[in-house]
Amino acid sequence: MPGRYLPTEYLPVAIFIAISIAFGLGALIMGSMVRLRRPYREKLMPYESGIDPVGEPRVRFSIRFYIIAMLFVVFDVEAIFMYPWAIVFDKIGLFALIEMIIFIVILLVGYVYALKKEAFRWE
Amino acid sequence: MNFTDIHTLMPEIVMAVLALAVLLSELVIRRKETVGLLAIVSVAVTAYFIPTSFGTVFNGMFISDGYSVFFKFIFFTCLILTVLISSRYLEIERSSHGEYYALLMFATLGMMLMASAGDLIVLYLGLELMALSLYVLTGFIRHEYRSNEASLKYFLLGAFSSAILLYGIMMIYAQTGTTDINTISSVLTEKKATVSLLLSVIFLLVAFSFKIALAPFHMWTPDVYEGAPTSITAFMSVGPKAAGFAVLGRVFLVGLYPLQINWIPLLIGLSILTMAVGNILAIQQRSVKRMLAYSSIAHAGYAVIGIIAGGNEGVSAMMNYLLIYMFMNIGAFSILILMRSEDFLGESLDDFKGLAKTHPLTAGLMLLFMFSLTGIPPTAGFIGKFYLFKAAVGAGYTWLAIVTVIFSAISAYFYLRVVIYMYMHEPEGEAVSLSGSPSLGLALLISALLVLFIGIYPSPFISFARIVTG
Repeated sequence: MPGRYLPTEYLPVAIFIAISIAFGLGALIMGSMVRLRRPYREKLMPYESGIDPVGEPRVRFSIRFYIIAMLFVVFDVEAIFMYPWAIVFDKIGLFALIEMIIFIVILLVGYVYALKKEAFRWE
Repeated sequence: MNFTDIHTLMPEIVMAVLALAVLLSELVIRRKETVGLLAIVSVAVTAYFIPTSFGTVFNGMFISDGYSVFFKFIFFTCLILTVLISSRYLEIERSSHGEYYALLMFATLGMMLMASAGDLIVLYLGLELMALSLYVLTGFIRHEYRSNEASLKYFLLGAFSSAILLYGIMMIYAQTGTTDINTISSVLTEKKATVSLLLSVIFLLVAFSFKIALAPFHMWTPDVYEGAPTSITAFMSVGPKAAGFAVLGRVFLVGLYPLQINWIPLLIGLSILTMAVGNILAIQQRSVKRMLAYSSIAHAGYAVIGIIAGGNEGVSAMMNYLLIYMFMNIGAFSILILMRSEDFLGESLDDFKGLAKTHPLTAGLMLLFMFSLTGIPPTAGFIGKFYLFKAAVGAGYTWLAIVTVIFSAISAYFYLRVVIYMYMHEPEGEAVSLSGSPSLGLALLISALLVLFIGIYPSPFISFARIVTG
């Protein structure tokens, strides 16, 4: 019936979401109801795997991290594009191969550029 | 699409390949002027493929017709002039990098795609390619705070307007079931103008107004134009603006043409507001660079009249105006670049005091460009305005032409003020030292000659624009 369509096949997903929310909240609520509360200084310190925390929580990251992250995204997207291409490759054939070579060559230019500009060298 | 159609895409393909090559050449070439020269050669090679490129490919997604070719002609000239005025200037700003030229070429590629877009998605693709290159170019003087700020402002507002454009495209798609501009037109002729349809028209109009800086969406323009490197300001106020007009014309006069009676009043309102804001706020400016930024807003307001008038006459008048505006505006910015030297900004009105005494030739050229921007015969600016008014009167908007004349009379105040400072004031302090170079001289020569040539003998350009739109 148009306009009154209920996606019943997604019902298990909805139930799954409801149960996981209920489980997470339930565990927290139960825990807060039954546990003992005895705070002292060492217990309230930020957790640093057993050693005393040193310095400020906000540290400045080197700008190089951003360059690495940016380059990662570029090649990550390249890999993502290759999945659908690989699936339909046998239907399109040679044309698809040429297209992908063009795409990779364009990214390769960027790679050579980044390499020559020493974006991958840390110092 | 088969390989026999590839000639239609050839200019874009060649441009993309050569832009990548220029980017790589930066790695091996030490002298950055050589990279600039390579960029100019690349434009020439790309232009060689233009005459054989006519046609439509990808089911109408990409159109190469007279309209797009005229705009590509503007983009190429703009790129060449920008490269010519840049090389010495970038050294003065200590920002001479080869990426500058590669980015300019990528921006031009984006503009070419915009002018040829027969589909809203292709249009968006070209627009983003252009805009992303421009964000970087705006902040190209990395060590200068003003340039960084301009870049960030431009990026934020540009991203915002892109989102609005996408929203408009989505709404159009939801109601017509297509993103193809020609199909949208034929679907809309059979549809009534519903509220949601008008809303999508407004979204598209707002997004394009951001790009061509129509008031009240002009807020980013003065800051960005002032902060960007002067050569990029010259480029931005001409090329990308022309590209914005190209898509505005294509989308509104083809795709949304059936809704013309609905969007014409909006466009008239934007046009008048733009002329008012641009011309009146320019009066207050003491910085010539910022004054030219406001003047560029005002000129967008004039050029929109061509789209309001519509038809062969209006569109060709708009295209001619953009062509003429390119020469006079790049000319005026070239003078600003000429004034800039290592320890001297040369942007303030006071820096122009008595220029006619110390540097008569420079003052004379600035006089020519200021006269042309005002629209005084026998300069090209007059011809541009004349044909716009003629188109407006021909389409029955005589009152709009009168309003435009009034605003352009106001504009005479701040353009001629520069002339008064140059000719009627005594030079102060030590004389301004100019930083000329052969390439900058060539750019000035080309702009000045064409401003005069179109002003005296306009018919080849007028008939060229008429033929390509006809």
